[in-house]
Amino acid sequence: MGFNDIFEQHNWDKVKQSIYAKTGADVERALAKPTRDLEDFKALISPAAMPYLEQMATLSQQLTQKRFGKTLQMYIPLYLSNECQNICTYCGFSLDNPMRRITLNDEQILNEIAVIKSYGYDHVLLVTGEANKTVGVDYFKNALQLIRKHFSHISMEVQPLDQEDYEELMPLGLNTVLVYQETYHQEDYKKHHPKGKKSNFQYRIETPDRLGKAGIHKIGLGVLIGLEDWRTDSFFTALHLNYLEKKYWKTKYSISFPRLRPFSGGLPPKVEMNDRELVQLICAYRIFNEEVELSLSTRESHTFRNNAIKLGITSISAGSKTDPGGYASQEHALEQFEISDERTPAEILSMIRSQGYEAIWKDWDASLS
Amino acid sequence: MNILKIADKTFTSRLFTGTGKFGSSSQMEEALLASGSELVTVALKRVDVQNQEDDILQHLAHPQFNLLPNTSGVRNAKEAVFAAQLAREALETNWLKLEIHPDPKYLLPDPIETLRAAEELVKLGFVVLPYIHADPVLCKRLEEVGTAAVMPLGSPIGSNSGLQTREFLKIIIQQSNVPVVVDAGIGAPSHAAEAMELGADAVLVNTAIAVSPNPVQMAKAFKMAIEAGRMAYEAKLAPVGSVAVASSPLTAFLDEF
Repeated sequence: MGFNDIFEQHNWDKVKQSIYAKTGADVERALAKPTRDLEDFKALISPAAMPYLEQMATLSQQLTQKRFGKTLQMYIPLYLSNECQNICTYCGFSLDNPMRRITLNDEQILNEIAVIKSYGYDHVLLVTGEANKTVGVDYFKNALQLIRKHFSHISMEVQPLDQEDYEELMPLGLNTVLVYQETYHQEDYKKHHPKGKKSNFQYRIETPDRLGKAGIHKIGLGVLIGLEDWRTDSFFTALHLNYLEKKYWKTKYSISFPRLRPFSGGLPPKVEMNDRELVQLICAYRIFNEEVELSLSTRESHTFRNNAIKLGITSISAGSKTDPGGYASQEHALEQFEISDERTPAEILSMIRSQGYEAIWKDWDASLS
Repeated sequence: MNILKIADKTFTSRLFTGTGKFGSSSQMEEALLASGSELVTVALKRVDVQNQEDDILQHLAHPQFNLLPNTSGVRNAKEAVFAAQLAREALETNWLKLEIHPDPKYLLPDPIETLRAAEELVKLGFVVLPYIHADPVLCKRLEEVGTAAVMPLGSPIGSNSGLQTREFLKIIIQQSNVPVVVDAGIGAPSHAAEAMELGADAVLVNTAIAVSPNPVQMAKAFKMAIEAGRMAYEAKLAPVGSVAVASSPLTAFLDEF
């Protein structure tokens, strides 16, 4: 039995309806309780919670500092390839997007590492599209062997793999896998992923189960905000998190909330989420789950990130490039999405310090894996 | 006040401290200096042992600070033993705070793996201070395999909930032949004072100091509370509820003979 069995017990429209039916009294009850369940989470992400935003932010900040202190974990993405056999309506790497495709070779990977290391990073997130023939398990094995000695923590955001594949990659230094469901709305998922292996909703939704069975250290969850009603999608993310925490109790979890960013040739988001709503969602996750890591990428703006780091976020990236080879090469390949916060890692570091927080570059040791 | 001795070291301060969660390394340094602490635990995973100029270690380079490397992040005995050996080599101390928590959510210690690792580490010459549940039997078992102290938790780590395990701590303190250090959950100086009044040999505090808006002042407050609690313990507290009993209905008949 996997998450899909639990997922199938829920009806999207009914969940949505119950979130929008929450009242101020439900929000007040959720805020007053010592621990919160999924119904409380619904109240906290509902429109009825908006007048309580400052109260939510205060509580979220307190809970975050209690657990994580005044610290922020630093990571940076390393795009290895933009080849992709999928069509995803919202992504720059989509098969139908005419662009120069590139997959980094060993030398190019080492050049990227040199630049990233010069910024001070010790936690790297490897990113690719989905092109199993050229960028499959063998490619990852080789890449991990190259990368492992330079970083104490390696995360991956690539196509979903089989349990055995993860079991093969973990001894080579893979600590964390991020796999976003994009949307839990099954019909819309099919519309947004009409072609390629990614169109298989079931295989994707059960990826965290396969990771849990493989015994991975950390799993990152999330949905792409802008595809469907973000409140309903976030409820399903929380449901997924709850299920995984109980079942795979030795694994850590993190959540991201990427908002759709423009890319050349892409469709505009179907649903807009404003900044207030994103703050609401961050605080709601924290109040619902004191231990989960919350991550914010350079998709978000300068001003938003300066303030959000105090509200519940525990890890951020800085100086990111979303085109393969983008750190070391002057010739830029097509990027997955446009970066919004373009500050350098050094500028982000001084912003973090000026707010009385400490940036943590190393929080794992290669000897522990 | 009596001097505390653990293995080959003596301590005038009974406040042991952690190094995580501070807003900056210099703030950590100031707070730890203010606390008077002489034993400071540091996570192996946070320090860069290859780097001579590691930021955390540089700020801990004071003669009064003895380093207590910890194995935070390991999930079983095998990983713990490996990490301990790395820590010993890198930080040049055979002291070790053994913590094995396979559960990353509540960070609760695994008693089975901890006992296994402790036994092996003692054989390898480590001074082992294991972080464990307030389980009196487990504490005796650890003492038997040769740990230098036991570190039962007051409540879940980082929870600031105080001595929720009070009744078990009392038994542990009464039974133990090695020092008892109450670790985890101490959120206020009053909690620390209570642990000392109960007869704990020391307490370990991190979150309550690091996360305070004024870590230096909070560190001083803990220092004072721990001294007060220990003094009271040594001076012998008045038994609770010892009020004069006006009559002795059960034994009065003895006077009638």
